[in-house]
Amino acid sequence: MAHDKSKSSSLLIKGGHVIDPAAKLDAPMDVLLRDGHVAEVAAPNKIRSGADETFDARGLVVAPGFIDLHVHLREPGQSYKESIATGTRAAAAGGFTSVCCMPNTSPVVDSPDWVTWILQPERGAVVNVFPIAAATHASKGAVLTDFGALQRAGAVAVSDDGRPILNDTVMRDTLRAASVLNLPVIQHAEDTRMTENCSMNEGPTSFRLGLRGMKTAAEASVVDRDVQLAQQFNGARLHVAHLSTADALKAVRRGKRGKVRVTCEVTPHHFSLMDADVGDYDTNFKMNPPLRSSEDREAILAALADGTIDAIATDHAPHAAHEKIVEFERAMFGITGLETALGLAITRLRRDHKIPLTRIVELFTAGPARVVDLRGRGTLARGHHADVTIFDPKKRWTFEAAKSRSKSHNTPFDGWQLTGKVVATIVSGKIVHRAD
Amino acid sequence: MVSGVCLQAYRTPLNLGSALAAEVSLKSMKKAARGSLLGIEHLEAKEILSLLALARRMNPLKPRALLRGKRVLLLFYEPSTRTRASFEIAAKSMGAMTTLVLSSGSSIEKGESLLDTAYTLRAVGADVIVIRHPHAGAPLLMATHLDIPVINAGDGMHEHPTQALLDAYTILRHKKTLKGLQMTIVGDIYHSRVARSAIHLLSKFGAHITLCGPEEFLPEVATSLAPGLHLTRTVEEAVRNADTIMVLRVQKERLAGTKLRLQDYISRYQMTSARLRLAKRDAILMHPGPIIRGLELTWEVADCPQSVIVEEVHNGVPVRMAVLAKALGKAS
Repeated sequence: MAHDKSKSSSLLIKGGHVIDPAAKLDAPMDVLLRDGHVAEVAAPNKIRSGADETFDARGLVVAPGFIDLHVHLREPGQSYKESIATGTRAAAAGGFTSVCCMPNTSPVVDSPDWVTWILQPERGAVVNVFPIAAATHASKGAVLTDFGALQRAGAVAVSDDGRPILNDTVMRDTLRAASVLNLPVIQHAEDTRMTENCSMNEGPTSFRLGLRGMKTAAEASVVDRDVQLAQQFNGARLHVAHLSTADALKAVRRGKRGKVRVTCEVTPHHFSLMDADVGDYDTNFKMNPPLRSSEDREAILAALADGTIDAIATDHAPHAAHEKIVEFERAMFGITGLETALGLAITRLRRDHKIPLTRIVELFTAGPARVVDLRGRGTLARGHHADVTIFDPKKRWTFEAAKSRSKSHNTPFDGWQLTGKVVATIVSGKIVHRAD
Repeated sequence: MVSGVCLQAYRTPLNLGSALAAEVSLKSMKKAARGSLLGIEHLEAKEILSLLALARRMNPLKPRALLRGKRVLLLFYEPSTRTRASFEIAAKSMGAMTTLVLSSGSSIEKGESLLDTAYTLRAVGADVIVIRHPHAGAPLLMATHLDIPVINAGDGMHEHPTQALLDAYTILRHKKTLKGLQMTIVGDIYHSRVARSAIHLLSKFGAHITLCGPEEFLPEVATSLAPGLHLTRTVEEAVRNADTIMVLRVQKERLAGTKLRLQDYISRYQMTSARLRLAKRDAILMHPGPIIRGLELTWEVADCPQSVIVEEVHNGVPVRMAVLAKALGKAS
């Protein structure tokens, strides 16, 4: 295996098995990267041009760089939880070459200046960062932000993540204004009027623990309304964040059948866990949307297999210890997820539910690339960005939260044995992460 | 030494819902401090029986110096009359000293976290902490970070284990056995930690439990709490042939925002003499208190010969003596 030379301008990935769903590739192939782009993808040993460096990928899968549509990098303002530098290092360790960061920071990213700030080299990102801007000022759900200016500054979507847009008129205006710019609107679907003081899913576990439970209807009713609103505008693009319920899936299916441009993502924790796993008040199992019933989880697994779901997104939500090691109802919502996503997907989806690896790779690459139009990414076609994720689909390993690259360790997966591990992450032709 | 002063990753011992969760390595899981009483749910029947047997040997009128030199910290984040007074009397009648810390007037008002309060109380020399808290799971959080026992004196809507123990103690003074007992619980079960603990306890011993109340206070999911629970919306059906009836307090403010009017609740669910007559002739009437006469029960029912409401309070003292003695390893 060659040594990491960050100055080298060409890299040959040799002997691997390429899975590139967008290009319909699933075969042993070599990949040549040159000057930050894909120069050639060819049958084994057919690439004749020399390379400064060679990566031995025998026994490994070579895929387009993974894209995470939903992360919280916590900057500006909350760098005690995470920074763009540490969050993107966790992303690289998890095989993600591109992450879309949510605007619910302090202050909220609702101006082009903050979008620009996130993109500055001083932030120290090691993977591509694509900011999602707030849809309304301070995400208060009242006055729309300047979508055009935000888009020009680099925002790939708008969202008031964590503070759903409940007002019908504001949501209609948001979809209309965004549709003119072909900008996706990402909604955290939760009718917060129904979930006040709730800390987990409503069901036998919440009753047993004496915790107020969120009804699945709080999610489904918002998705249902949003799909209907999106239908009213030609070109409106609605993306449902971290979908968690069977009923919300029905609304998405209805929309897709009705030719509404609606897409959705699910998180690894929602296809891996369920509400009973909260056990006795383990705050590392507290997130929003909450872990749901086994019926909801089964519906999500079926929708991952049948193509209804467009992307796997982590909703990586780091929190400091003092925000989590408290009474369950007072604990912050959210868990980290960047470094466990691929392992959970292969363990849960492929090993346990026989979903093909090509489909899993699609959910991490071409699927999310389509949702936010990341042109030149999500596939290894010639001329595209040299973002590559190389992983060992059979490697068994144990995730240790203490060794996470994230600043925070609020994960329910500490100590889990997973199958499938990232071996190298390549961004613009440069290796930014290599497994120990 | 105070254990776990630094904030370590918080893990709980029971987490077996998912097949995958079973793969979690056990090394990082934390256990509650030995001697703690956090709830009835995870107790074994024999542990309950031994506590009840111990309570029967306790006599608050004959002080014993069983806990001499021990410091019992009473940490109350919510108002309490019965529980607080009986824990204090229980501790003192065994020679322990007690210190009461209330959330108002303490550093808790200044924003001190639950665990920092716990470490502080441990540092001043507490041997056991009795805690009442508005948040479910607070006693468990404390017990998994301390090396002294923690006793749950009521946590949010979750559990109130000493109340369930004194209820069982009281029932067994009137009935031979809990097995096959026709037990009826009427009222606001959803918000009630007393109900949850009582249901766990009685179902472990094979009582037949009927839950009764309107949808607002008794969601269908309540029957998942234990095997064999029966649910009805009709109080007459619930009471008929009951051996024991437990009536729960109704807080008027909890009806706000629901479709149910107070007057409707009273007419449909209030325990009246006429309704009580549907129960077995020797049925007993229980209530964890505080009672609101004229709301969940009539004046006459509260004071009728079948009412054991005052006896329950009385029995709270020997039961809490037993719990404290057990917690501090003086149970023999």
